[in-house]
Amino acid sequence: MEEQASRLKVLKTGDVTIVELTDRKILDEMIISQIGETLSDIIAESDGVRLVLDFTSVDHMSSSALSMLITLNKRARQSNGRLVLCNISPPIYEAFTITRLNEVFKTCADRSEAVAEASS
Amino acid sequence: MIDKSIPTDLTAARRLTEEILSLTVASGYNEDDRFAIRLSLEEALINAIKHGNNFEPAKKVRVSADVGAKQTTITVCDEGAGFNPASVPDPTTDENLEKPSGRGIMLMRAYMDEVSYNDHGNEVRMTKRRCTGLPHLAGHN
Repeated sequence: MEEQASRLKVLKTGDVTIVELTDRKILDEMIISQIGETLSDIIAESDGVRLVLDFTSVDHMSSSALSMLITLNKRARQSNGRLVLCNISPPIYEAFTITRLNEVFKTCADRSEAVAEASS
Repeated sequence: MIDKSIPTDLTAARRLTEEILSLTVASGYNEDDRFAIRLSLEEALINAIKHGNNFEPAKKVRVSADVGAKQTTITVCDEGAGFNPASVPDPTTDENLEKPSGRGIMLMRAYMDEVSYNDHGNEVRMTKRRCTGLPHLAGHN
């Protein structure tokens, strides 16, 4: 099952929800807010959500986008869920490393690894 | 050389970012340098519009950008009360690691070669030397 939810492509595989971020640049506060709301809704839909965020299309992200991810990660954890990030480009991953967020988030090199990690 | 006052508006900021980035493309800056300049300029403009001018439409943001053969220097000045950059908590300490704020200035400092503020704290000046690339790329995934 695949559906287009605004700026996100949402796909279900087993008990894992995969969300592909389709914007190349996640910089605009309005876009970040829209993405955050949609993902919050997905997390709130059921306890113990298994959520994979795929960053394949993303070239640029601001610190506000990192903040949004931190909030989502907390929400997922609070509802006994799991958030896994994958396909983060090296320059963006560098921002995670600089801010030590690579220690906060579970990140995987590709989608299949992320799905396995989320459902484990 | 660009020297402009833009309204306190994210769309105007985005347009100016693209204008400055197009100069770095024309000057042959590599992808890593352009990534660093875009990220830092975006962070500086968002700080100026959001925290400096508090989204007040009557206020302006003044931006100058000198894209040279060897380096790019960008200055972003808002009309706000200013702040003390030293007072921003370190987001990488254990107690702040999951707080959803305070990373913009750290990223600017990491990606640019020089970042400084005026005494009033309402103007940031950033320099990126050409071909210095990203801060470090070890340990990806």
